[in-house]
Amino acid sequence: MLTLAPLAAPSGWLSRRNPAAKLGVVAVISLAAVSTTDPLTPAILLAAELLALPFCGIRIGAFLRRSRLLLLAALSVTLVNAVFADGGGDVVLQVGPLRLTDAALFTGAALGLRVLAVAVPGVLVFATTDPTDLADSLVQQLRAPARFAIGSLAAFRMLPLLSAEWRMIAMARRARGVDAGFDPVARIRLFTSTMFALLVGAIRRGTRLATAMDARGFDARTPRTIARPQRMRPVDWVMLTAAVLVAAGAVAISVALGVFRGIF
Amino acid sequence: MASVELRGFSWRHAGRKAPAVRDVDLRIGSGERVLLLGPSGSGKSTLLGALAGLLPEDSGEQSGEILVDGIDARKARERTGIVFQDPQSQLVMVRSGDDVAFGLENRGFPAGDLWARVDTALDSVGFGYGRARETTALSGGEQQRLALAGVLALRPSLLLLDEPTANLDPEGAGQVRDALRSVLAASESTMVMVEHRVADVVGLVDRVVVLAEDGGLLADGPPGKVFAEHGEELTRQGVWVPGAEPVAVRHAGGPPGAELVRTEDLGLTHPGAETASLSGVDLAVGAGELVAVLGANGSGKSTLALMLGGLLRPTSGRVILAGGAASPHKWRAPRLARTVGSVFQNPEQQFVASNVRDELALGPRRIGMPAGEADRVVGELLERLRLSALAEANPYTLSGGQARRLSVATALATAPGLLVFDEPTFGQDRRTWAELVDLIGTLRDEGRGIVAVTHDRDFTAVLADRSVTIHKGRIAC
Repeated sequence: MLTLAPLAAPSGWLSRRNPAAKLGVVAVISLAAVSTTDPLTPAILLAAELLALPFCGIRIGAFLRRSRLLLLAALSVTLVNAVFADGGGDVVLQVGPLRLTDAALFTGAALGLRVLAVAVPGVLVFATTDPTDLADSLVQQLRAPARFAIGSLAAFRMLPLLSAEWRMIAMARRARGVDAGFDPVARIRLFTSTMFALLVGAIRRGTRLATAMDARGFDARTPRTIARPQRMRPVDWVMLTAAVLVAAGAVAISVALGVFRGIF
Repeated sequence: MASVELRGFSWRHAGRKAPAVRDVDLRIGSGERVLLLGPSGSGKSTLLGALAGLLPEDSGEQSGEILVDGIDARKARERTGIVFQDPQSQLVMVRSGDDVAFGLENRGFPAGDLWARVDTALDSVGFGYGRARETTALSGGEQQRLALAGVLALRPSLLLLDEPTANLDPEGAGQVRDALRSVLAASESTMVMVEHRVADVVGLVDRVVVLAEDGGLLADGPPGKVFAEHGEELTRQGVWVPGAEPVAVRHAGGPPGAELVRTEDLGLTHPGAETASLSGVDLAVGAGELVAVLGANGSGKSTLALMLGGLLRPTSGRVILAGGAASPHKWRAPRLARTVGSVFQNPEQQFVASNVRDELALGPRRIGMPAGEADRVVGELLERLRLSALAEANPYTLSGGQARRLSVATALATAPGLLVFDEPTFGQDRRTWAELVDLIGTLRDEGRGIVAVTHDRDFTAVLADRSVTIHKGRIAC
């Protein structure tokens, strides 16, 4: 069964950090990684992320399984750009019409590393953050409206139901004599009509849920009680500061070495 | 404790011609426990929603007044709490304790006392887990008790219950009723409940109010008196009146005919699951017999129904349909529809077309029936299942009973010899129930083989020629 519990144990170091602080870390790292097109900055960021990995309280095996598609994406971004980027430089490898130069490889690696440097913290935050804590922290630290944060949480809770519903609708259609076989047009039509039935059901359920939430005072204008306080502790500030230092440091090093190629 | 007063109250939903509730005058005193009855479409749920203050003024047209403790119900929402039918769509949070806390947070309840209040509410409904229990890991009965706890935590002086056990299996429904019984015994709040299955809840109430089909009240008084005076009429309207004459038992006229389906050592283990959902099932069903498949929720009986219908691939053993053809899950859908008809618990999941006539014509068209013959089949089915007047209606707009009849008709349209029903009588009022029993009995008597997965003991007692019970994925007897 699908569960909404995060991948990592709740007692892990990163799992106990404030969700808003973690989002801040992701934002800072991402900003540094996309600010330049050289490969050194994202490489430094990625190295720092991997060094921090053992402290996150997530098993390496589970982390790799979770991010295997990501690795594949980074690798293909690297290869595609290396092969198709024009530019000079010395030829490293030539297979038929495909020519790989060191300059193109440099560009490709830079892009692949950027993908990883931005995505790894995202995966880590997602794997170590409880959705309820995230919603609470959005409201308490980032002043997001409760109607948005708690409403999204309630909708998020319904996602596993949707996948079960999809399977039931697909089987129900088959029982009616409706299938698509190998005909691509029929497949698209079947997909569309299954999606429509799913949406009709989801809207009805969503409407009922919204009514039930309002019946328990969700639309009351009184200020909400904070039942699960989320605090920015000193260690959260330390984490955020460390992220700022790492990001600034990575940019500073590549500027100092003269490889920095800013996008602005 | 709250008092309720309705003075000439009517409500018409925006966009509808007829009012949902018409001319109701009613006074309910503090602490009264009221069961609200009426034929389907008499506006019971609308009335309950109005009492809960959940009908915004701009969502329809009101006349008369609806007052809780002398103030408009919309302004008295802090005094009322309502539990709905479907547990899935009234739980909000991921963890059980957080869900109970949700209402308290919304109302600005002091944080210092909040969790003690949550624990008290969970205890009062006999919730057996800690606050951290994920709401998705609960059974239907547990989820519904949690929903009740979430409402009780707010200490409503008027408790409203809209068919709180209608979506549950008998065991879950029993749990919820037990919880209600102890909750009501320990509190003085006023209670108004809507429920079809009267016998189960009549012990919880001291007054029965019956809405009339054409507006106003049909009856009002102590349960014994109302049922003695209006029992027959209520039965006719679809209310399950306690002590009403049971429907006559109706078994197959003779021994079963040719075998229509057989399973050999059938089983299913979901990928990644440690235990099998179903294993070692050997079952055969012949023409002209009705086999009831019983068992608790999660026992694997719906899985069995899906595999009999060729909709789910078994991971062990096999299904052999009429004529010795095995493994129907590999068949193309039209061949399947000619051989076995599956009728799902939720009819809407099976609807594809935009009106009833097209819905019925779909199966015949898919199996390549000539147009003239298909028209004849559709006409006959419309007539037989009393859907003629609704031929141009959108299937999604049908009432529960009509939608159920249509889903049976769509399965019949491709003339399969075997029909597999999943909970055909679930949550139906007595009138619809009797219609379905009559229909399914007739289909059996015409020579079809019928498998009905069901919790409904009355249905099984009246119609089943044989029953098998699934317990933890195996046939128990």
